[in-house]
Amino acid sequence: MNPYLIRIENISKNYSGVLANNNVSFNIRKGKIHALLGENGAGKSTIVKILYGLIAPDKGDIFLNNTKIVFKTPSEAKLQGIGMVFQHFSLFESLTVSENLILGIEEKISFDQLKNKVKVISEKYDLSLNLDSPINNLSAGEKQSVEIVRALLQEPEILIMDEPTSVLTPIEAEVLFSTLKKLIKEGKTILYITHKLEEVIKNCEEVTIMRNGNVITTCAASGETKESLALKMLGYKVNSQITDYSSISEELLISAKNLNKKFNDPFLTDLNNISFDVYKGEIFGIAGVAGNGQRELMELLTGENIGKVDGKLTFKNKEITNFTTKQRRDLGIGFVPEDRLGHSAIPELSLSENILLSNFPNNNFSKFGILNFKEIELQAKNVIKEFNVKAPNQETFAMNLSGGNLQKFVIGREIKSNPQILIVFQPTWGVDAGAESFIKESLIKLSKEGTSLIIISQDLDELIEITHKISVISKGSLSKHFKTRSLDIKKLGIMMGGVID
Amino acid sequence: MIKIVPRGNSSKSMFIFAPFLSVIFTLITASIIFFIMGYNPIEAIIIFFYSPISNLYGISELLVKATPLCLIAIGLSFCFKNNLYNIGAEGQLTMGAIFGGGIGIYFYDVSSFLILPAMIIAGAIGGALWAMIPAILKTKFNTNEILTSLMLAYVALLILDYLVVGPWRDPEGFNFPKTRGFGESGRMPVLYQGLRVHFGLIITLILVFISYFIYSKTIFGYQLKVSGYSPRAAKFAGYNKNYLIFSAFAISGAFAGIAGIGEVSGPIGLLYRDISPNYGFTAIIVCFLGRLDPLGIILASLVIALTYLGAEDAQLFLRIPAAVGFVFQGLVLFFLLGTDLLVNFKIKVKEKHGY
Repeated sequence: MNPYLIRIENISKNYSGVLANNNVSFNIRKGKIHALLGENGAGKSTIVKILYGLIAPDKGDIFLNNTKIVFKTPSEAKLQGIGMVFQHFSLFESLTVSENLILGIEEKISFDQLKNKVKVISEKYDLSLNLDSPINNLSAGEKQSVEIVRALLQEPEILIMDEPTSVLTPIEAEVLFSTLKKLIKEGKTILYITHKLEEVIKNCEEVTIMRNGNVITTCAASGETKESLALKMLGYKVNSQITDYSSISEELLISAKNLNKKFNDPFLTDLNNISFDVYKGEIFGIAGVAGNGQRELMELLTGENIGKVDGKLTFKNKEITNFTTKQRRDLGIGFVPEDRLGHSAIPELSLSENILLSNFPNNNFSKFGILNFKEIELQAKNVIKEFNVKAPNQETFAMNLSGGNLQKFVIGREIKSNPQILIVFQPTWGVDAGAESFIKESLIKLSKEGTSLIIISQDLDELIEITHKISVISKGSLSKHFKTRSLDIKKLGIMMGGVID
Repeated sequence: MIKIVPRGNSSKSMFIFAPFLSVIFTLITASIIFFIMGYNPIEAIIIFFYSPISNLYGISELLVKATPLCLIAIGLSFCFKNNLYNIGAEGQLTMGAIFGGGIGIYFYDVSSFLILPAMIIAGAIGGALWAMIPAILKTKFNTNEILTSLMLAYVALLILDYLVVGPWRDPEGFNFPKTRGFGESGRMPVLYQGLRVHFGLIITLILVFISYFIYSKTIFGYQLKVSGYSPRAAKFAGYNKNYLIFSAFAISGAFAGIAGIGEVSGPIGLLYRDISPNYGFTAIIVCFLGRLDPLGIILASLVIALTYLGAEDAQLFLRIPAAVGFVFQGLVLFFLLGTDLLVNFKIKVKEKHGY
């Protein structure tokens, strides 16, 4: 008898020239948590989407219980007992939990029948839900419970979970794992996609490691260490940084005093009494779980959403609370927002043209409003060269660059404007490991040259690696700061869970 | 099985090719319509699209019609590039005609080389002021410029109506709803003796060139482009959104106003009710058919001007209502919107099996 529930054999998928999956083969045993480990862009999502019937492979076969299967749609996958919980919640924010659940299932049932079904599942797996609560009132962990229950309502044999802990606090993650273990006891199988090494070692039995569209190996997780997994996942060791406080000077560059902003919008987080000081040459990190006011704070700092702000934001002792984005840029403040496409860069324009987006003071890009293309092209060429941007030339459209390369370009563009302060939101979101370490190095180098940085990120590891001090933002409030060198991770984790003193 | 699948990257060649394709589809549909109406489609197409421009006079007439279309369309492109849907160019044209025409009527018996320039400047100011109203409403109250600019077009037409039957009516005009004619100093000089093509064409070409320069070589043109592609990026870059809205409306209003004064001081020579056969509205089609691009707009204005002439000839020789010209204009836009799909999508013929 074959012990494997699912066999994936020689799956390949080509996305307009990019080989996302190259002869991917691995097997999943019944009743196990099987980890699929790899960086962003390693091809994990592609193989999973193929398994779930969302996309069709170019070649290769999938066997479920030794029967060859071909899913054309997710509904067919669901009928065969495959359920999936996506990384980004696919819930209707303004509908209630029960409305969301009933929308997600194929058969036609009444709300009463649904209630009974949910009750059984909730009790069995300790997933408590308030069925009548609108989704936008729920925390990330609760939203995920809704997603899991929705998947379980189909009574799947195998549950695919795509980076489920990326939006959870450490405590919520613990709860999730105890739920997953209960599912395993019931005989279910879980395919667990992640790039977090510790989760694999702690919670998974087997692990398949992917890199650049290839399967590197499939092995038992128990025999691995964080270091050995990282080596297989990354393929080479990324230089790790050591916090160096020598570049910080006494001069206070930017300071916030009790910034308050009320939005009166259920989809936005109000900001309460945000205060911080950043000195010349210092890197200040703001940690926190997504959706706790980071975006709102970022827009306050960039000047994209000012008005009705209480409190005071000062730059070199000059109040700038109500300055427009242009006025802030003219002072020498640079910004890198989270979204590259359509915010920090325009996909339909060339890299040269994108240079002009941050038209910083004293540039040579134009005279009397008339553009100087020579200077613009030169700047674009320099950014491409110095920041190791992989692009054929400066006339390449921004949309043709990978996430990592475009981010290097955007960050390079801001750095080349010699900012006094650089405010970055999610510097390495969705970029590959090579670009990630390059970006981190560039930011550290910038601070050594006397620029102050504010980095807002959900990636705690990243903040620990590059910042001098860290505060946590939770429900729109900012904690006092901690020196990164003497950080208490546990305490930080608790604060990220919503307890800020 | 035929499927429409995303291209991934939008196709540059299809972006340029789609307007041509839409004209071809329009010709095919036009032949079918002619056939159904009982005419020989080939003969009808020749009468409609070729005979109007088969002589020098016809080409002059084509340029007379294309001049306002091109000028208004290039002005509108400033708005459309910035995702501002100013569809009230007809009103801005009318206001330009009223402002400039007022000077022409007042100084009808004065002979001075200053009158025509004054009329053109007044026309530009009139159009720009009229376009400022939707701009102010949009920036102050966030109103939808599509509605306000359109409604103001009818207001402007009614003002013209009032003026030509009331205060500005020609005292020697036997009560006809028209003003007295402008003096010789208030008329656009013709470019070629005996033909109607006038100096407005030169103004139009100069303004098209200036627009091309603004779009490709200035910060202002770049800002319009960025704010059209992505308002968020424009915000990130720190552009003044209201400044861009006011400038775009002012430019497009001024251009439409100049087109208006070009019409009344050119071929018409006085003010009356029907100074424009919907040039302000048709220019919207010209602008999109020309892909908001100066060169494209020049070509598109010629094509659409031909539908005006063709409709006249068709009425004359085939006894088809001239409104068929508007039908073809509508078809061009319809097919353009349809073929635009091919910029971002491609049609794939697939065999039916497995995946």
